[in-house]
Amino acid sequence: MIELLKQPWPWYVAGPLIGLTVPVLLLIGNRSLGISSSLRHVCAACMPAKIPFFSYDWKKEVWNLFFVGGILVGSFLAMTFLGNPNPVDVHPDLITEMEGYGLTNLKVVVPEEIVNWSSLLTLKGFLMIIVGGFLIGFGTRYAGGCTSGHAIMGLSNLQWPSLVATCCFMIGGFVMANLILPHILSL
Amino acid sequence: MESKDRKHQPISVAGNIKYLLAGILFGTFLLKSEVINWYRIQEMFRFQSFHMYGIIGSAIVVGAISVFLIKKFNIRTFSGETIQLKDKVFNKGQIYGGLLFGFGWAVTGACPGPLFAQIGSGATVVIVTLLSAVAGTWTYGFLRERLPH
Repeated sequence: MIELLKQPWPWYVAGPLIGLTVPVLLLIGNRSLGISSSLRHVCAACMPAKIPFFSYDWKKEVWNLFFVGGILVGSFLAMTFLGNPNPVDVHPDLITEMEGYGLTNLKVVVPEEIVNWSSLLTLKGFLMIIVGGFLIGFGTRYAGGCTSGHAIMGLSNLQWPSLVATCCFMIGGFVMANLILPHILSL
Repeated sequence: MESKDRKHQPISVAGNIKYLLAGILFGTFLLKSEVINWYRIQEMFRFQSFHMYGIIGSAIVVGAISVFLIKKFNIRTFSGETIQLKDKVFNKGQIYGGLLFGFGWAVTGACPGPLFAQIGSGATVVIVTLLSAVAGTWTYGFLRERLPH
């Protein structure tokens, strides 16, 4: 059983489990799934700086910070006790392409040849770690949600603005992955 | 003054443990489904695998059926409250912000949830990505009035 759980979980198992988080959060506390809001609450708690957007009672939304703390702990526990020792089983064409950029360790969740502490101040590392993170935070808040709040929660509730947002996430990702990122990886 | 404020809005650890537990399960699902894996994200945006689409699609189907049943049968929370779902209001931010977030997703291989899960899996440098995401959120709040919506 443990050996089976250590394998990557197929989409038809993991996807429905992720989807069940929607009713679970609604039933246990009337909370709508949404993770990018946690970043806003951190701003409101730590540096509101009299900005109206951060002037609200973040303590009322503190459940969200417990939830994201749980994500970190859960991922750590799953890696420790149910970690897959094998490289991720992606498409052979992708493996070949990435080898061309010197990315060969597929056992780590990030391309560790670039995403590591010592390459933080290289141009490639700066773009992938710092600029990438900034775009996540700025973009999700501008869009009013992320993959969880718009794509999963919003679409589950048949919200058309969430469909617009989700399509834009995919278009942005497609453009970056295929047209821009290859140049960054070649730096 | 501050201690008085705190009395008004105490942060109850006991009352929030259930969200921590829900988060632990969610983090487990994110790690074991490999949706936090940078290579899986590259594969998705190159249309080389169904894996990511299967996960997001089946999560939406299960979520949508759940929301439908909750509305249809007026199901209440475990403590008896009426379940409230807010409508999303359209503005152009969903387009501009959505595209910018898409860029960030493809570069880092992570959305906000997976950032926490990538750190938990041992990629500690992603702490910097997360702090940068907080800075990006703050910058949005700072510029909000001047951005097209």
